[in-house]
Amino acid sequence: MKDILILLFRSKRFIVGFVLFLGILSFALIGPLVNPKNPFQMVGGLFSPPSDKFILGTDNLGRDVFTQLMYGTRTSLLIGCTAGVIATSIGVTIGSIAGYKGGIVEEILMGITNVFITIPSIVILILLSIAIKARSATVMGLVIGITAWPWTARAVRAQTSSLKTREHIDIARITGFSSIEMIIWEILPYMFSYIFMAFILQFSGGILNEATLSMLGLGPFQTVSLGVMLHWSLLWEAVRTGAWWAFIPPVICLSMTTFSLMSMNSGMDEVFNPRLRRS
Amino acid sequence: MRNPFVRYLLQKVIWYILAFFVAVSLNFILPRLIPGNPVAVIVNQMATGGVQSDTLERLYSTYMKEFGLDKPLYVQYFNYLRNIMRLNLGTSFMLYPGKVRDLIGRALPWTIGLQVPAILSGWILGNLLGAFSAYKGGKFDSVAFTLSLVFSNIPYYCLAIVFLYLLAVRFGIFPVGGGYSFGTVPTLSWRFIADAIHHYILPYLSMVLVAIGGQAIGMREMSIYELTSDYVNYAKNLGIRDEKIIRYVFRNAMLPQITGLAIAFGTMMGGALVTESVFSYPGVGSLLFTAIRQNDYPLIQGCTLIITTAVLTANFLVEIAYGFIDPRIRAVQLGER
Repeated sequence: MKDILILLFRSKRFIVGFVLFLGILSFALIGPLVNPKNPFQMVGGLFSPPSDKFILGTDNLGRDVFTQLMYGTRTSLLIGCTAGVIATSIGVTIGSIAGYKGGIVEEILMGITNVFITIPSIVILILLSIAIKARSATVMGLVIGITAWPWTARAVRAQTSSLKTREHIDIARITGFSSIEMIIWEILPYMFSYIFMAFILQFSGGILNEATLSMLGLGPFQTVSLGVMLHWSLLWEAVRTGAWWAFIPPVICLSMTTFSLMSMNSGMDEVFNPRLRRS
Repeated sequence: MRNPFVRYLLQKVIWYILAFFVAVSLNFILPRLIPGNPVAVIVNQMATGGVQSDTLERLYSTYMKEFGLDKPLYVQYFNYLRNIMRLNLGTSFMLYPGKVRDLIGRALPWTIGLQVPAILSGWILGNLLGAFSAYKGGKFDSVAFTLSLVFSNIPYYCLAIVFLYLLAVRFGIFPVGGGYSFGTVPTLSWRFIADAIHHYILPYLSMVLVAIGGQAIGMREMSIYELTSDYVNYAKNLGIRDEKIIRYVFRNAMLPQITGLAIAFGTMMGGALVTESVFSYPGVGSLLFTAIRQNDYPLIQGCTLIITTAVLTANFLVEIAYGFIDPRIRAVQLGER
């Protein structure tokens, strides 16, 4: 474990992503604790530009953009993380069972997976979000998670199938482990880094999906997220009136968050996948 | 069936029909899970908007008939399937008595005209860039890779918003939205085409840059993988010219990227829909945006149906092309390896 950490911190890309992500995370977690303002409270004039009083100005209803940005980033991270955990869990479960069991179980599970890979997930997301009237941030994370798992399932199945042929698996099988025990103790530990990378991808995908849905007007209720901020900017024409402070900050926050996650992912890929290292 | 390609084709057709069937069923069932009677809700909304009561009654009976809400669920389902087969997508709530089919029919050419060229050209340019930077290495590689990483991680709509603000609102180089100038009528004149292209550039650019980045990263990785493989070393030791080896490498690395194209059609869709509404481009995305805002369920369902159909068709064509190009994959798919 320690060796892996040392290796990880030798990758420049991982360090850049990690530091950036920590920065964003602390902004989102500590910010709301230090800043007592309410993101929904009207505190100033409409679209007033950044000033001493409002670092990032106010939005179409005179609400403080900087406060919104803190709470919004927090919500987006929460949704992304929930979606990531759920999608990764479902994907790993289905993929490892399919890969380990093989035969008819594999055929059926992978059949379902392939059908859901082919159907564009945004369509299912839109339909689900319309059907669910009480969309809290957690519910949104859940919804995004249960539509995003197929890619992870497919990748984990491939890994499991190749791991299955190793010798330690045969030895463990002789000792009489059940299939579930085999998967938990003999297969999954060997793909830990792989699963973690899949989680990071899903995390970032979850944040993006939240933003897409929110911008279409299907965001979480009574909560501000980065996507909701952008939705407001579109709806109230902040872009065309030139109120850049209302939409540039969430754009930067969103892009930086996904960039930091992808940079970490790519750095880990470099470390765990020696063939990509050249030098 | 002797011909393996026909079998491959048939297998794919069956899978896609299955996927389509699942998608259509979800499209049917999910909006029906909304608590309460959507028809009553929408008619009540209109009533507060001051629509006369006899119009309301007519509306109510139209939608009850269309949804068939008074019938059991399975009858509704078969009605729904039959209507889809006849391309009857119902009547829009917000633009009553406008037909959903006509509304989508008007928007679809704009969406296809924007997205297909953006995805295809992004894919081609991205692959060339990726392969070239993997081969070049050094400074060029690290600059190209970092740029690709940055661009591919900016969501489409974020780049769209930045472009719209900087290039249209701030500096006024491009129009601030729409598919053509306000007040002009779409005709096949040079003036209209020039105008439409002027409106096209920004949405196109904001999509293509992101697509290039994403594809370049994938292609670079594949190419590096191939460049370090045994056959390349062997070929080098045999003294085969570099250009020839690169051609081998490119060909092998290219194959998985064809699947990447299919994925791009599915995953870019969401972002592209939002990009359209950022620019108020008169496509399906903007239509969906307004439909969601107005709770226009028939129109939303029509949009999701058409998006599904488009993505499935695109994926199907790519997969068929894939089977055509790579006999290896064809064999694996058929279990004949």
